[in-house]
Amino acid sequence: MAEKVLMKGNEALAEAAICAGCRHFFGYPITPQTELAAYMAKKMPKIGGTYLQAESELAAINMVLGASAAGVRAMTSSSSPGISLKTEGISYLAGCDLPALIINVQRGGPGLGGIQPSQSDYWQATKATGHGDFQILVFAPSTIQEMVDLVFLAFDLGDKYRMPAMILLDGMLGQMMEPVVLPEAGKTVVPDRPWAADGHKNKRPHNIINSLYLDPLKLEQTNIERFKRYEKIKGTEQRCEELHTEDADIIIVAYGASSRVCRNAVAAARAQGIKAGMIRPITLWPFPVDTIQKRLVSAKAFLTVEMSMGQMVDDVRLAVNGAKPVHFFGRTGGIIPSPPEVLEQIELINGGI
Amino acid sequence: MAIVYKRPHALTDEVFHYCPGCTHGIIHRLIAETIDELEIEGCTVGIAPVGCAVRAYDFFSCDMVQAAHGRAPAVATGLKRARPENIIFTYQGDGDLAAIGMAETVHAATRGENITVIFVNNAIYGMTGGQMAPTSLPGQVTQTTPYGRDTNSAGYPIRVCELLSTLDGVALAQRVTVDSVRNVRIAKKAIKKAFENQIKGLGFSIVEVVSSCPTNWGMAPNDALKWLQDNMLPYYPLGVYKDISEGGENK
Ligand SMILES: Cc1ncc(C[n+]2csc(CCOP(=O)(O)OP(=O)(O)O)c2C)c(N)n1
Ligand code: SF4
Repeated sequence: MAEKVLMKGNEALAEAAICAGCRHFFGYPITPQTELAAYMAKKMPKIGGTYLQAESELAAINMVLGASAAGVRAMTSSSSPGISLKTEGISYLAGCDLPALIINVQRGGPGLGGIQPSQSDYWQATKATGHGDFQILVFAPSTIQEMVDLVFLAFDLGDKYRMPAMILLDGMLGQMMEPVVLPEAGKTVVPDRPWAADGHKNKRPHNIINSLYLDPLKLEQTNIERFKRYEKIKGTEQRCEELHTEDADIIIVAYGASSRVCRNAVAAARAQGIKAGMIRPITLWPFPVDTIQKRLVSAKAFLTVEMSMGQMVDDVRLAVNGAKPVHFFGRTGGIIPSPPEVLEQIELINGGI
Repeated sequence: MAIVYKRPHALTDEVFHYCPGCTHGIIHRLIAETIDELEIEGCTVGIAPVGCAVRAYDFFSCDMVQAAHGRAPAVATGLKRARPENIIFTYQGDGDLAAIGMAETVHAATRGENITVIFVNNAIYGMTGGQMAPTSLPGQVTQTTPYGRDTNSAGYPIRVCELLSTLDGVALAQRVTVDSVRNVRIAKKAIKKAFENQIKGLGFSIVEVVSSCPTNWGMAPNDALKWLQDNMLPYYPLGVYKDISEGGENK
């Protein structure tokens, strides 16, 4: 059994990626993901890997695309403004059916926004990480141990479904320290990539990594095939944690940092005799629709809590589809909601049901 | 009977989609001959740009990757860092390399990224129908400079080889053209050197090919070559701007 170590979130992500066989990191400095890149810069040269500080996020994501096309596990990390620049490359990765890991340690926006923790890139991550018809896998850890575990899962599922995966966290989780157990290195098997552009060695026809289809029927067909894969993923890869949901009248839906606050608020509500519970999405795409719908009968109301003006609440509403009221509470701009604030919302809703 | 001339193996059987008289085809052939002669097809990965040469992935027999507009040097960097034993080349137009992708070009060059860049300078955006390029000449009429490129508002053309030759990471920066048999031979030698440099691990090698775009220049192929000789070559002098290889002009 591997030992427990105390690690900062950003560093744990980096170490987990290395354990998962990633040897190619391309990035551009930005707060609050700094420690992740710094860790890579220190570690990669010692293990024969690549740490490359690119000239921009545009370049970094396209380097990731090149490395992934060559058949290796590659990743980049950034924060909100930098992710906006990466969306070009993420769209190409998706269009080329290439796996890659992108980490977004969110900060407040729009524009330069701020450098404090935020969850205001939910729409971007789950609906539009670039132009065109596509989805990427989006994971939302809420503890440092979960960050480590999700790095492995993101790489594995990215490989399995040949698509980019994002780990969406925020400055609070990135900067925080918690004890973690790192899986032993070499545990993961990086699968063969017969499709890679790694030189045909005069043994096979040339491989082409491409997202251009000048014939609209072919492009439509390619997108239809890709969406069949997405449907399969929706059926098998939804993940979430349920907390006291069986008998809950009020179910909070929250992910990442805000779910940690809500956990305390649920406990405080229960102590007062209010039957509160929580569904914590671990995958934001695919969104855990099935679990929310499973609770539609018993729950009386839903409360979405986010560090944004209300983004994930759209998906909660779609899942609930009018069957029960869906409330929203959010703080934004870098403010983290407090447990008493959330409790107050629970009390308000409880008074009305 | 001995075969003295045939289609290079490194070109597929796909018919070029280029306009009649376009020099893209000649340049493709020179790259393919080089790949054949150096026997590197099995370990070469080419990168197609966004531009008229976007379908280069259908034309070369080696593995190919199609890059976003201007990002070919970044994609090449990823491919090369992942598999340093492979030979990586990009094929880029002037809009791709010197406008939207200038940052990627300069930084791959200054990192001394061990890749080969074939740069087709035709002083225009071919694929999108003839807009001004960063290399369009002063006074040149294009779709977006209908009264001629006015340097007061549209600025001056970029001389890429001169610019890049100031960077320490560059092994070769040479400007050639393919307007005559003699110049085609020189171009071939330069392209071959740019690939050999990579095999030797010398760093970033770029060959700029001054090219024609009869379609968007609105000229017959021969007139286009004449215009190239009379107008482009004085602004873009042919020659070696940097060469650190054995016997090169500056070591
Ligand atoms: C991000 C982005 N911007 C713009 C375009 C449209 N576009 C396609 S080709 C091209 C210009 C290509 O010109 P050049 O690189 O000179 O190559 P040529 O076609 O002349 O060979 C442009 C602007 C695009 N595909 N992507
Ligand atoms: S538009 Fe110009 S550059 Fe493009 S294929 Fe035709 S002649 Fe060549």
